[in-house]
Amino acid sequence: MGGALIALLVIGGLVLLVILWFIATYNGLVRLRNQVKEAWAQIDVQLKRRHDLIPNLVETVKGYAGHERQTLEEVMRARAAAVSAHGVGEQAQAESQLSGALGRLLMVVEQYPDLKANQNFLALQEELTSTENKIGFSRQFYNEQVMQYNTRIQQIPANLVAGMFQFREEAFFELEDKSERAVPQVKF
Amino acid sequence: MWEAIAANRRRSRLLLALMALLLAALGGAIGMSIDPDPATGGVFGVLAALAVFGVMTLVSLTAGEAILLKSMGARKLETPAEARRLFNVVEEMTLAAGLPRRPDVYVLDTDSLNAFAVGRNPERAAVAVTIGLLRKLNRDELQGVVAHEIGHVRNLDIRFLTLAAVMMGSIALISDVFLRAFLHGGRHTSRRGRDSRDGGNQAQAIMLLVALALAILAPLCAQLLYFACSRRREYLADASAARFTRFPEGLASALEKISGHAGGRLLGKQNRAVAPMFIVNPLRAMGGGGLFATHPPTDRRIAILRAMAGGAGFAEYERAWRERAGERGALFGERTRAEAGERVPRRAAAPAEEQRDAVARAREALRHRRGGSGWETIACRCGGHVSLSPTFSAERVECPRCHRTIRVTD
Repeated sequence: MGGALIALLVIGGLVLLVILWFIATYNGLVRLRNQVKEAWAQIDVQLKRRHDLIPNLVETVKGYAGHERQTLEEVMRARAAAVSAHGVGEQAQAESQLSGALGRLLMVVEQYPDLKANQNFLALQEELTSTENKIGFSRQFYNEQVMQYNTRIQQIPANLVAGMFQFREEAFFELEDKSERAVPQVKF
Repeated sequence: MWEAIAANRRRSRLLLALMALLLAALGGAIGMSIDPDPATGGVFGVLAALAVFGVMTLVSLTAGEAILLKSMGARKLETPAEARRLFNVVEEMTLAAGLPRRPDVYVLDTDSLNAFAVGRNPERAAVAVTIGLLRKLNRDELQGVVAHEIGHVRNLDIRFLTLAAVMMGSIALISDVFLRAFLHGGRHTSRRGRDSRDGGNQAQAIMLLVALALAILAPLCAQLLYFACSRRREYLADASAARFTRFPEGLASALEKISGHAGGRLLGKQNRAVAPMFIVNPLRAMGGGGLFATHPPTDRRIAILRAMAGGAGFAEYERAWRERAGERGALFGERTRAEAGERVPRRAAAPAEEQRDAVARAREALRHRRGGSGWETIACRCGGHVSLSPTFSAERVECPRCHRTIRVTD
């Protein structure tokens, strides 16, 4: 009698432990996944900020360098594509296109000293530099979070829980162009 | 990163426990030198010491930041327009560190080069920089300094350093009061001692000696513990800065400028306890070494950052730290290094700052200084700025550049 009771208690305790471990692991994974989502939201905020800055920039440049139509249109096209992009991979590609177009525009601007002396343009320059930096830094943080999350759901024994509840690997936000891997430095 | 924080927490608790023990021992010994019965004198002494600590902790945790910022004459910047570059840099580093909220931004109206951070937790923190710093540092250097401060916030250094400083202060205060009482009013205790039994007298005499020894030694021990911890935290904050910015040279070059600058002292001697919160020791221009230094020597910190050789991660920093500081052991836990290690791309070196940028930054800093003393700056549509003295009362003013009329309320 006594022996059976003890065995029952031991088994019950073990089951309880496993359940507790399950809950803890599951909650840990949820927390990590939410951190990834939150980090992505931060990138999104910065990308939107850049999209909002561009019309302003294009207007200012137009006033001084109206005949650079091709470059300006290219920037607006790339912006439109970036605004309508969905998903991490597609967005990353559209954004790196936009970075390229912006870079070309800013090279062109070099030839217009009047524009470079304009205070509005200078303020815009600081905003744009900073926005590029913010995109870079939030991307950096996002990728760190993704790495942490992906590593966690691949490791034993958390991968059991991850597989059961469909925790999927998240994509890194990588820029296509190798030279863009460094934080873009906007210089006029 | 998270593990570094956890390790910090563990080490902090150990240190705080050691200091608490020191505090209790001091209180107990003093109590027993007055009344040799451990049950009354000893317990009373310990309780009194803890009460002093408790009150000081409460004050420092509820009002400590406000007191520090106020005593330094720091001014809070409310809108980004007041210092765009500084605000942007703080926002960038907030993103890089993944802080839940951007710390408040303060400026100190002085020419010396320094910066510090305060705040109990990452949700409620503040970063302060001097106007001298805004004037002298370029964007990358400013970013390095801000990243170092945000590193302190992220690593939860500030709460710990505040607690430790308060504990150290309590120990110093109690020792001081006891030593003064002994030197000036010692007769009272010794008369009471003579009245009691012989054994008690002897025990009391011994306890008095113990209490005296503790009162002299405890503040020194507390300082040693405190400063050892604060030096290590400086290294950790430097490593965090390199990781956040992916550009160790920014901070290295900023430290070089700061240490080469013969600036005035920012703090009075009595403010030694808050010195570890600054990026370089505000009490002396050149960072010296030694057991009582709050910061590692600045030239060593620069050498470590420059020796990171093509990396910007914790692993590279630790390697450089071992090499340059001649230390063994580990700065970070195993998992932190593995997790954050190799795959840290390094940012390409920044191009040299253009003269125009340097002028713009000096102007922004100067504008700021006037803003602090009641001058207002208004912008004209032509891009020029007009500075108005605090006594200026008219409604309109003519722009000196384009001669347009500007309304002061704009």
